[in-house]
This record gives sequence, C-alpha cells and structure tokens, in this order.
Amino acid sequence: MKVTVTVNDSEHSAEVEPRLLLVHFLRETLSLTGTHIGCDTSHCGACTVLVDGVPVKSCTYLAVQADGRSIETVEGLLDGGQLSPIQAAFKQEHGLQCGFCTPGMMLAAKALLATNPDPSDEEIRWALSGNICRCTGYMNIVRAVQAAAKAAAESQPQEVPA
Amino acid sequence: MSETETPTPAPIRGLGHSVRRKEDDRFIRGKGTYVDDVKLPGMLHMALLRSPLAHARITNLDPSGALATPGVVAVITGRDLDAHGLAWMPTLSADTQAVLALDKVLFQGQEVAAVVAEDPYVAADALELIDVDYDPLPPVVDPQRALDPDAPLLREDKPEQTSNHIFHWERGDKQATDRAFAQADRVVSVDTFYPRCHPSPLETCGCVADVNPATGKATIWMTSQAPHAHRTLFALVAGLPEQNIRIISPDLGGGFGNKVPIYPGYVVATVASLLLGRPVKWVEDRTGNLISTGFARDYHMNGEMALDADGRILGLRSRVIADHGAFNAAAQPSKFPAGLFHIFTGSYDVPAAWCEVDGVYTNKAPGGIAYRCSFRVTEASFLIERLVQKAATELGVDPADFRRNNFIKPEQFPYHSPVGWVYDSGDYGRALDLALEKLGYQELRREQAERRARGELMGIGIASFTEVVGAGHGAEYDIAGLRMFDSAELRVHPTGKAILKLGVKSQGQGHETTFAQIVAGELGIQPEDIAVVEGDTDNTPYGLGTYASRSTPVGGAATAMVARKLRDKATKIAAHLLEVAEEDVEYAEGRFSVRGAPDRAKTIQDVAFAAYTNLPEGMEAGLEGVTYYDPPNMTYPFGTYCVVVDVDRGTGQWKVRKMVAVDDCGVRINPMIVEGQIHGGLTEGYGIAAMELITFDEQGNCIGQNFTDYLLPTSWETPRFETYETVTPSPHHPIGAKGVGESATVGSPAAYVNAVLDALEPLGITNIDMPLTSDKVWAAIQDQEREAAS
Repeated sequence: MKVTVTVNDSEHSAEVEPRLLLVHFLRETLSLTGTHIGCDTSHCGACTVLVDGVPVKSCTYLAVQADGRSIETVEGLLDGGQLSPIQAAFKQEHGLQCGFCTPGMMLAAKALLATNPDPSDEEIRWALSGNICRCTGYMNIVRAVQAAAKAAAESQPQEVPA
Repeated sequence: MSETETPTPAPIRGLGHSVRRKEDDRFIRGKGTYVDDVKLPGMLHMALLRSPLAHARITNLDPSGALATPGVVAVITGRDLDAHGLAWMPTLSADTQAVLALDKVLFQGQEVAAVVAEDPYVAADALELIDVDYDPLPPVVDPQRALDPDAPLLREDKPEQTSNHIFHWERGDKQATDRAFAQADRVVSVDTFYPRCHPSPLETCGCVADVNPATGKATIWMTSQAPHAHRTLFALVAGLPEQNIRIISPDLGGGFGNKVPIYPGYVVATVASLLLGRPVKWVEDRTGNLISTGFARDYHMNGEMALDADGRILGLRSRVIADHGAFNAAAQPSKFPAGLFHIFTGSYDVPAAWCEVDGVYTNKAPGGIAYRCSFRVTEASFLIERLVQKAATELGVDPADFRRNNFIKPEQFPYHSPVGWVYDSGDYGRALDLALEKLGYQELRREQAERRARGELMGIGIASFTEVVGAGHGAEYDIAGLRMFDSAELRVHPTGKAILKLGVKSQGQGHETTFAQIVAGELGIQPEDIAVVEGDTDNTPYGLGTYASRSTPVGGAATAMVARKLRDKATKIAAHLLEVAEEDVEYAEGRFSVRGAPDRAKTIQDVAFAAYTNLPEGMEAGLEGVTYYDPPNMTYPFGTYCVVVDVDRGTGQWKVRKMVAVDDCGVRINPMIVEGQIHGGLTEGYGIAAMELITFDEQGNCIGQNFTDYLLPTSWETPRFETYETVTPSPHHPIGAKGVGESATVGSPAAYVNAVLDALEPLGITNIDMPLTSDKVWAAIQDQEREAAS
C-alpha cells in the first residue's frame, strides 16, 4: 500500500506492507532512529510520536493509519536549529540519564504543554504516566517540564487584560 | 600586581560542580546510537524460537517449513551449533548453559532455534513454521521441592550432577555465633522471600554481529556492560583469535545488571554471521528479555538475631535457599557464589555472625544477576533492616534508638566485621540523625499515636543501610578469572585538549561528564575539552566494566591516578619552560607556577604544547599515559532512608506520604548526577517493594512476560523524594569517592516495607513478602481482623 505522511514538515511517500508498524516505518524506511522501541505492547512509551499533535505509541499503530497525517518525532523538535525549550530544559534539569525514554518523554511533554501551558506537578505526572523511565525516578523530568513551561511563558508576549 | 589586565580564567569545573551532561546533546536530539540503530549493508535479521514449556524433551525438530519461506536465509538449531562445538557455553559462574537446546528444554522461554532472514517480519513469521515436538516432563518450580531426594533431576547434561543442588557456601564463625545465641536474652527471627524480579532496562538486549569473510575480523555491536570481558569470553568460547574480535558497546538504554551476562542470542548471531558471511542483527523483544535474560534475587531467607537484655545485638545468623533457575548463570566473583551476601551484618557492630547459602536448580530462567546491586548486597541489606525493625518492635523500643544503640561507631573505623570485611569509613549516626530531623520524626510519631488511637494505619519505616561496592581488589574478586581492576588512558593533545579512554562503560550514569570532571580536577583542563571514550575494545584499555557500583571506585580512581602521572611529567616540562628546578614548581587549577612567584606560571595548555614542541633534553615526547588501578579495598557507602506511609484499611492500598533519603557516598564528583542516581534507585527500590514480580505457576509458566504483568513504576505512582547528604570520604580512594549508583535500590526496599509493616503493627501483622501489592496487604488485614473477631 502507498502511504504519504508528513514527518517533521517533510512529505514522504512509500509503498509499505499493510502490517508495517509506524515505528518501523520511521526507523527503517525513513532512518529516523530517534524513536525507540521498549516493550512492543504500548506500555513503555519509548516509541511515542505526535500524530497531528496527539501522542501516539507508534509500536502499536500502523504506518497506513498515518496516511495523510502529520507526524512529529524527536528529530523535529529543534526550533530553527536551536534546542526547543523542552529539549533545553531536559538537559538543564538533568531530566535524562540513558536517553532511551527521552524522545517519547519530550514529545508527551510537548503535547501536554500545547493544551496546558502551566501544568501542576500532578498534571505532569498524569500526562507522562504512559511513558516509563527506568533511570531518573521522574523527579527531574517533572522539573524539566515545569522549567520548559516557564521558559515558554517567558518567551511569549504577555497578554494585557483589556 | 601586574599592570596589564589579564582576564580572570574561568574556574575549573572539577569535583563538586553540577556540570550539565555532555552526552545529553545527542540524546535530546534523538541522535544517540543504540544497538538497534546500527544498520550495515546486507544486514540480515535474526529471531529466536523459544520453548513454550518449562521442562520437556525435544523429540523432533523440523525446520523445513521455515526454510521454505521466501526471505528466510537460514535456520540454526542446537544440532547445527553442536557440529561446531558451540551448543553449550560457559556461564559467569563456571556452569554450562545451552546456547540452543539439544534434547531437552529446562525453562519456559529457553532458546530452541534461530531464524535468519532478509527482513525482521519474515524472521518472526518463520518461527511459527518450525515444527517442534515436545514430550513434557514434570516441572520443578519450588526450590525446596527441587532439593527433595525424589525430585526430577534437571541437569542430566552434567554427569557429576546427581541432585538439583548447585553449591553450599558459608561465611563467618559458626561456633562463636552459636555461643552468642546460647547466651542471648532474646532471639528475633525473620523468614522472608525476596522474590524474583527483573532489571528491565528500557532497551532490551541485542547485537549486530559482523564477521568479515575476508579478514575473519568479528565486529560485534552489543548491549554490554563489560565489553572487554565479553571479548575475552567470546575468544575462549568460539575459539576466535582475540585480536580478531572487536566488541562495541554503543549507547546503552539502561543496564542495571541485565547486560552483564553473555546471552545465547549474541552467540547465535555471531555464528550466523560467520557462517553466512553477512552482518546479522538480533534484538530481543520485551518478552524475550523478561523470560530469558538475567533476573535478580529469588532468595528464600531466614535470619535470626541474638540480643542481650539491653537490646544489644550479640550475634546474627542466616540461612538462604537461592533459586538460580536452569543454569547457574549468576554474575558473581568466582570465590563468592552468593555474591557479597555476607555483608548481612549491615551497619551494626555485631560480635559474631554466620551465614550459609545453598544454590538450587529449578525449571526457571537462568541467573541471577544483581539488579542495580553489588552482588547480593540488596538481599543482605533487606534482611538485616527487617530484622532490626522486628527486634525494635519486639523489644518495644524506638527503631531509630535501637539502630543508634547498635551502630558501628565512627571511632571504630576501619571496622573489621565478624565475617571478614574491613569497612573503610562511616558515620552512621550522623546520617540517621539528619534523616530524622528532615523527616520531622518525633512529630510524626506523635501523629501516628493519635491516628492509631482512631484505628488509622500510618507507618514510618527506616533503613540504615551499608553497602560494599567497587570490586576488586583483584586478588579477591574476579569475573570468570579476570581480575577486577579497571583502567584509564589519558592523552593530552598539543592544544591542551584531551581524550580519556576507559575500561568501564556507561549505561546512562553520565561517565562522559563525571570522568572528565575528575581529569579537570587533577589537570585543570575543562570538562568540555575532554572527550571520554568507552565501550570499544579496539580503542580503550582493558577493564572489567560497569556494574556493582564500581565505575567511580575503580575506573574513577584509575582516571585520577593517570592524570596525576601526567601531572608529574607536566611539572617537569613546566620547570623546563620556567627555567627553574622541578621542586620549585607548584600546581593549582591548571597552572604550574614558581613557588613564591605566582605570576611566573605556565598553563596546562602551554605545557601540553611544549610536550610536543619544546621538551627538556632526553625526555620522551608526548603527554599521555595509561593506569590500571587495583583498589586496595572496597568502598562502603551508607545512609538512612525514611518513609512515611498511609495504608487504606479497606483496600490495602498504601501511599508514600513522604520519603527522605540521606546518602553518604564520600566525595561527590557531580552532585547533580549523584542525586539523579539516587532518584532512580529509590524508584527501582519502590518498584521492587510495591509491584515488580516475576513468578511462575505450577507448570513453570512465567507470569511477568510483559509490562502488563511485570509492573514498573510510572510517574503517577512514584513517590516524591527529598534527598540530603553527609560526606565521609573513603580514606583509600584517590579522591575520597565511593560508589553510589546502587545505594538507593539496595537500601530503600526495606524502608518501604518497614513503613507498611509499621502501619500494620497494631493489627499484629509481622511480615508480608514483597511486592506489597494492595491485594496482599488487604488479605493480611482481612486475616488478622477475622482472627481477632473469632
């Protein structure tokens, strides 16, 4: 089957087997190996990408389901060649150790901040609860998401109440 | 003062600086290179067929269906390997393990055959087309049952093996300990099962094996915590010349001990590449990882504590049945079949102690490894801290007071324990006091009394652990005969930048930053100017790898020592440049200056350039060296963890209200990284205490084959942690550091369990084995309430 998807703002078309998983399409067909596979069963979230802005576990999502959609992976997080606030905050707050969960974790965080620009500790923990990290104990990941939210708020023009 | 303004040099970010990690730049861009990211031209894909049964004879194996599948290149069976003498491989505990089963399978998930195909989907499909006939045998699941004289003999492949008993091991003075118990005013006993759990790094195990048909050179990208040791073992097992083997352990997605052993998949993929002349990739799926690779613990422990009338510990003894599964694949130093379990006297001054451990074969996955632990220290720490809590409860004294009363005192260090350890340094009371103060202990005990009066279940748990980490020294500790030293090679380039090459291997611990900081502290080169290379056996000095919290104690010491070696040469060069005697040069913060004339100075960069351009007469060129460091002793990190929980009487659910962790790992190189290690360990400890369990039904079916059954803590359940430190340097480590990566996994399970059992104490519940799932806690409450009612 032919699929056409937009990945990190570039359009790609390919003939794929109907059963090809999106994560394999990204990793093998497009060589975007930043998206990882940790469990094969949607539990760990290492394979999380954004499909039309919504976090999706790409190990249990077919490439053909993504036809016509827009996908964002970790490779698309850079902002004009610079680290995005989320990437910068993960480094600054030591929100990663082995780095294997980090791409999925950052994309889940991005989706959260898109709908909730000032999340509480509990809201962050709930939003990231589909992404397992074995190294950090989550403390610094939560701090990183809070720092990214703060950085994003500071870089936005403040709305002045009428 | 000089008249010209010179810019103040930036402070050297050596020890004590929370330098942001150098490795992060690639990880946050998705540009790490993990094994599964390695793609080679012409690469084939391998999948393993695993046994569905725990114990059975293989009566027939027909691969023809798989071989007929388009895209399948080869099917490899145990018979094929046997033809090359490779059907069996040695384990790290001098046992033998089937690479692919020949006549019999011994655990569910055992490797039976491999399919090699052009495409991973085709390889997976073809597994279904291999026809295997099994004749089931009675499975032996319970290690006590395995020791019965009429139990089925599992290891028929070993002629000398007449039972399922693997080893008996003892430490301590049995007679002295028995005398202590005979004199005791009171004996406290704990029977507990530390269940089988699994490290489950988020990246599973795998490799890409590339044997070049023209040169015979085997390059193997492999998820390896110990690449050099693995190279030597490959050479010994496969008979390949060692210079023709290159192991590359690239970025690792966690390890926690899981990536210490050699697994059948690595061997079969390498054989496949050798036979087929093409690169072969094998990456196990999560189920393969959980059901066949190194599990941890599985210790059935009895502990007894003899006490005098004043509540002083007189003696300790322990008996353990250790379930090692189908093959004794434990990753332990060879003199220590039960690892370092004999650290079971913990933080306490115990006059007499004795322990015995019996290892047993069962129809379960082989092991075990140390899941974020220094060779069974976790089991030992759990046992002593449970005993201490029980003793305090039975004596009716505060558990903090009981600990303080029995601690090894600061003036007793170096402390000679009754089982032969020499504890290097410690101040246990200080760590305990700080933890209690930060917790608000006295106030919480008052609150607990009030809640208990109202029938509410609130508990406070304490664990004051001592670890023993950083093996060797090499005369005592080895892996498969290889002495546990470690190494560092440092080259300073003409421009004053450097490259540091190590025998250890990071799995996320931040070595590229931490070890650069050690060099920065010794030579004054900034961490960002030092490249750190690990995990490539062709390009790093020989070392035993990273596990058992040994990187900083051994590799870190080697790094400091090689930097000092270079500093000695640099001092000579500086003296030459400054035209003074070597004795008149003093070093500080990257500057070599003339004693008494600090303005007359050369920087390390000046000296490095001179090492290649302007040397003293007769001196060898260059500024580089290598050090192999064999530590004189282990390091003994310690601390106190305190947990406050509320238990829901109606559901058995428990929630951590507060957790305070005080760690003393000696001098901290990068405090940010140390804190991150502790957070991670506290979380894995919580997972073990609360939910992680690999168990088996009576047929030997593994329950815990995926993350639906094997539960790992997410951000939602994981408690919030407060971390604090005391600093008691190691007297024998060059920079006073101790290992820390595993302290929190070792120390914290007992703190969580003690907290829950403290909450349940008014009900008379004295033990629940881990994991303390809500259904088990609820059932224990129900049992007690029913008993009380009747």
